[in-house]
Amino acid sequence: MIGAPFFRWDWVFDHLDLIWDKVAEHLVLTGIALGVGLAISVALALVGLRFPRLYPPITWVTGVLYTIPSLALFAFLVPITGFTTLTAEIGLVSYTLLILIRNIVAGIQGVDPAVREAAVGMGYAPRRLFLEIELPLALPVILAGIRIAAVTTIGLVTITALIGKGGVGFFILDGLVRFFDTEIVLGTALSVILAVVVDLSLVLAQRLLTPWASRRTPVAG
Amino acid sequence: MDFFVDLIQWFGDNWSGDTGWVARTWEHLWISGVAVVAAMVVAIPLGAWLGHTGRGGLIAVSVVNIGRALPSFGILALALPLTIWLARTTPLIDSGIGFAPTVVALFLLALPPIFTNTYAGVRGVDADIVEAARGMGIGERKIITEVEMPIASPVILTGIRVTAVQVVATATLGALVGFGGYGRFIVDGIATQDRLELVGGAVLVALLSILTEVGFSALERVVVPAGIRRRRRSDVDPFLAT
Repeated sequence: MIGAPFFRWDWVFDHLDLIWDKVAEHLVLTGIALGVGLAISVALALVGLRFPRLYPPITWVTGVLYTIPSLALFAFLVPITGFTTLTAEIGLVSYTLLILIRNIVAGIQGVDPAVREAAVGMGYAPRRLFLEIELPLALPVILAGIRIAAVTTIGLVTITALIGKGGVGFFILDGLVRFFDTEIVLGTALSVILAVVVDLSLVLAQRLLTPWASRRTPVAG
Repeated sequence: MDFFVDLIQWFGDNWSGDTGWVARTWEHLWISGVAVVAAMVVAIPLGAWLGHTGRGGLIAVSVVNIGRALPSFGILALALPLTIWLARTTPLIDSGIGFAPTVVALFLLALPPIFTNTYAGVRGVDADIVEAARGMGIGERKIITEVEMPIASPVILTGIRVTAVQVVATATLGALVGFGGYGRFIVDGIATQDRLELVGGAVLVALLSILTEVGFSALERVVVPAGIRRRRRSDVDPFLAT
């Protein structure tokens, strides 16, 4: 360990194809999780907004899903769905739900009632009111939720290495097993880089989609 | 149905001894507690002080983002070479595997959310209240400990709760670097394709995480001063980054 270099660039250059494959796998796993998570969240958020009584149980169930550690969730699923992408995605999707639903609901609820009333007064039907007024105005909050979900998911994907997936998490696990630091550093660094790049892309998307929204400081969590 | 009977049987057969789930519970709780308390000792004073002075706003925002982007699995894996190196070259620790890398990783992961919530909580205290306290001749230090911190306590406690749940979850991964805890059952269960051990471990981790969440929520109700409770609790939501 003392004599060996901490990070071997030559190893990295020898394995560029593998690295590219794992990065692609990482992005695909993240993309599917976010896409499916968003679809389910929009549906559940609409249910919660339409029937406010159902909102607490929805957040309760998704809260429990969010609280269960990813490794435990994968462990529950492996006997049923095996070491598959499906197992990984069920786990990843279930972590996005709480974050996304809360932000969608908070975003829609945060729309100024005066704006809503003005739209109704102008003859907007409920569906058009939602699609053309409420949704665009809630977009900054919803996108903030998507950013958190994306960054969280990218980190969680690394853990799916334990069930044979993992994206760049493959390098972390392989490095651990082989006591090869270069791979651990590479896997961790790539995961952080992916998170930062995806986050910045979403910020850019937010600026383009909602040019009227000013930047606000994030709250902790 | 047979599986559930077998599972209950598994819990009955595997509770005692050094590798039983009772001992694993203790290991899991101990390491999580050490990591969270150590992170509180560092992050709360720092967050409160920076929040009080209003300095380091950019740092606070960056810390949240970096904290989220860091993969816990990667940090744990990186802690291993570090602690192995520390064990070889210094007398600080006996062994570089197991407890040491796990607790280092958990500590590092616990810092950002506790720091940011303390910072945000103290920063968010109404400036008029601080001004009034100053006018009454209360010293800056006492303003932090006796005015700002109690008012910020719901936000700070939310940070600790979120962190504790996250730490309990991540401690499971410690089994990959030679630590015990509940992760042992899951990692060994995957390795030996033992469904009962795998699911048994998962049930234990899930229960402990949920108990941690519920326990800290109850603690928040007890610790937060009555006058602040009603006003503040509703606007604490760690997920709303708006």
